[in-house]
Amino acid sequence: MSLEPEVTSAEAPISVSRAPRRREWVQTLVEAWALRRTKVGFVIFVILLMIALFGRFVAPYTPTEFVGRPFSDPSAAYWLGTDFLGRDVLTRVLHGGLSVFVLGISATVIGTVFGVSLGLVAGYARRAVDEAIMRVLDVVLAFPSVVLAMLFVSILGPRLWLIVLMVGVSHMPRIARVTRAATVEVVARDFVRAAAAVGVPRRKILLYEVLPNISSPLLVEFGLRLTYSIIMIAALSFIGFGMQPPAADWGLMINENRIAIITQPWVLLAPVLMIGALTISANLMADGLSRALVGIDRDTAQA
Amino acid sequence: MSGARTDIVLTVEDLRVVLDPSGIEIDDGVSFIIHEGEVLGLVGESASGKTTAATSLLAYQRRGAKVAGGRIDIAGTDVLSLSRPELRKVRGGLISYVPQDASASLNPALRIGDQLLEILNEHSFGSSQAERQARLLEMMDEVLLPNDRAFLRRYPHQLSGGQQQRVVIAMAMANRPRIIVLDEPTTALDVTTQAHVLETVRHLTSSYGVSALYVTHDLAVVSCLVDRIAIMYAGRLVEIGPRADLFTGAYHPYTRRLLAAIPDIHATRPPRGIPGSAPRPGNRVAGCAFAPRCDCRIDKCATELPPYAGPDADHQVCCWRWEEVGQGLSVIAGEELVFPTTRVEEPCRSVNNVVVDVRNVTAFYQRKEVLHDVSTTLCEHRCLALVGESGSGKTTLARCIAGLHQFKIEGAIEFNGKPLARETRGRTSAERQAIQYIFQSPYSSLNPRKTIRQLLAQPIDIFFDLDRDGTEERMVQVLEQVALESSLLNRYPEQLSGGERQRVAIARALVAEPSVLICDEVTSWLDVSVQAAIIELLVHLQGETGVSMLFVTHNLALVRSIAQEVAVMQDGRIVEHGVVDAVLDDPQAEYTRLLLGDTPTIPADCRI
Repeated sequence: MSLEPEVTSAEAPISVSRAPRRREWVQTLVEAWALRRTKVGFVIFVILLMIALFGRFVAPYTPTEFVGRPFSDPSAAYWLGTDFLGRDVLTRVLHGGLSVFVLGISATVIGTVFGVSLGLVAGYARRAVDEAIMRVLDVVLAFPSVVLAMLFVSILGPRLWLIVLMVGVSHMPRIARVTRAATVEVVARDFVRAAAAVGVPRRKILLYEVLPNISSPLLVEFGLRLTYSIIMIAALSFIGFGMQPPAADWGLMINENRIAIITQPWVLLAPVLMIGALTISANLMADGLSRALVGIDRDTAQA
Repeated sequence: MSGARTDIVLTVEDLRVVLDPSGIEIDDGVSFIIHEGEVLGLVGESASGKTTAATSLLAYQRRGAKVAGGRIDIAGTDVLSLSRPELRKVRGGLISYVPQDASASLNPALRIGDQLLEILNEHSFGSSQAERQARLLEMMDEVLLPNDRAFLRRYPHQLSGGQQQRVVIAMAMANRPRIIVLDEPTTALDVTTQAHVLETVRHLTSSYGVSALYVTHDLAVVSCLVDRIAIMYAGRLVEIGPRADLFTGAYHPYTRRLLAAIPDIHATRPPRGIPGSAPRPGNRVAGCAFAPRCDCRIDKCATELPPYAGPDADHQVCCWRWEEVGQGLSVIAGEELVFPTTRVEEPCRSVNNVVVDVRNVTAFYQRKEVLHDVSTTLCEHRCLALVGESGSGKTTLARCIAGLHQFKIEGAIEFNGKPLARETRGRTSAERQAIQYIFQSPYSSLNPRKTIRQLLAQPIDIFFDLDRDGTEERMVQVLEQVALESSLLNRYPEQLSGGERQRVAIARALVAEPSVLICDEVTSWLDVSVQAAIIELLVHLQGETGVSMLFVTHNLALVRSIAQEVAVMQDGRIVEHGVVDAVLDDPQAEYTRLLLGDTPTIPADCRI
């Protein structure tokens, strides 16, 4: 049998639809980057991250230093005024982002790792195991996540690791659901059966056959959950279960200074805007990713 | 059929369809005419642009495609220049469309009677509701369906696939169109149902003078239905002519090779595949698109597109060497193939070299019994074909043997005399290695995130203790066995054609050095020319490696070209089992006779 034509056809540039073959999640990232919303979100996110990481080095005071009269108006000495104890608001804003980032991202990572693991197992095992996992997660889902966190925090005390864990746990059911839905679809494909037929262990099937095929929806879900983590951590700080005084933290700052909401709004506005911008930027990125994934804005010229 | 006729219903002139921003051509200068009451078969392999050309007749393009030039005229109406409201009148009125998948085109929430009435109301058929009701009943008669109230009150899911397709055809016929476009209407159907639907189409066109364009990839299907055939390749018509002329004296090498690639129950030779695969849109060349795969190409073919020429106005060919081909120039290089059946005389059940012994197996899908007390044997160095329509349990049986059946099995499946566990996890590594399974769809059986190297390395890592170089060497060797270049190792499945993917799937099975190879409908997703090439490969591999093979298929015509023995399945039972020649030439079971009768064939006087 002559081979030549077979090879020629394979070596020619392949389909019209796609550029050179890349890993799926890289492809999704590239497509997402083509959207303006993703770029805007990313730029805001990076600026805020820079403020959180390096802001402390340019801060004019130390965060716990009493620099003036409480609730002073903005002036040349303290650009955003002072808070209820007379500490510099700008300094505290520059210091207060890191905890939001660290806690938010670690909570999201924890939620994703556990959620994805459970979702993969549930989606692959089906039947009894599936039911057991998903119904237990439904119970977790049934609790308002803040209430759940409050419950544990009031028992064990306000520990940071606990906050992170609780926020992560509250993400678990939703991430598991997304993972399970995607897994069920992939498991139905023959290559998973083919791997099982040659005796690949279940763990490896999940990690190497299924997971790479569902990476894109998980990426989107991660971005979305990050938004919620930031909001929840800030909310927990606000109600006094997160960072404890005298730490500088955006959420805590809102709580501490809320009595001055009418008289001295600057003190509140600064951390509120930071948290708002952060959630919006994370959301924009997640939205860009999901649009790239679904292909809403994709070039229609797909053969 | 021939001579100057004035009753032209449809004229397509130099139709060009391109992808929108990129300008890549899907259809490039397609021209044909259809006369009143005539059926034209538009035949082509996947991605040849046949469906795009067909839907263009209704001035419809799928997302991203647009008509770049040409003219379409249906009974005096220039379709491409119509406004949207005018098009609504034309579609379903003057010209109508029957899609491939009837179940997807009927609204599952509406009763079929209401859906049929809807199209009559939409086009204000007749003058009164009573007249429409009468037409509704008449339509059901026309497509040979019952027209009682109870039937019309059914929902689409309460009909069989063939009935659904006939309802869709009735909808298409509702307003008495001048022309009806049928887009592979029987591809999703079993042969028996297909025969009924074809019968319906034939009945409609001959009794009501409706013209039809029948789009299909299968020449055998249209052989007894159409008046003329147009062959498409890579967006161009390569040959168009009266049916009989095309089957007995085609002038284009592609037409001849396509005919040679069709498996035929009555053929004396196995089908011959066409090496390579058809170019996708965007990869098409300047000259004749078929040239790279053509055994009688000349230098001119690669650079210059031949003009249309032919013996008469009715029969046109696009080939530089059409006259020589017409005079009998051989279009297939290489030696003749023979049927593998010529090597055996008797069934092996009496012989004691049984490899897989299936004894009284009853299998369930969830709680439903799908296999009833099935017994069969697979012998060393033999190929057993398992034939049946969808739902006959043939895949279930194959999966039971492979250890991929997820539900309860009763009875025993023995491998070399030792009972096999139900699931692969319960089997020994040696057993898993010995029985390899090739899946139906190469689009689903290869992990899209892995390179060919990673795909092939998996079984090697599991079954053999080889170092890197050894693994590499083994992979190159097995790719050579399936006639693929080792340069493919770094590619992803998506970068390969369907035929190449299936070869990779075969290579993945072979690399484990199995003693039993189970092929589950391995060619049903492939084009007919590629199918024949895969069959050739499997026959060659079986001869070379001596592997025993279980070949599952719905296509009875394929059986003779690959198997020595055949088991015919119906409703979870084996109704006939024997040597291929005996079963096909002198079927004992009523069901086998029925299947044989319904399998479409190309005319016996077909010359290649």
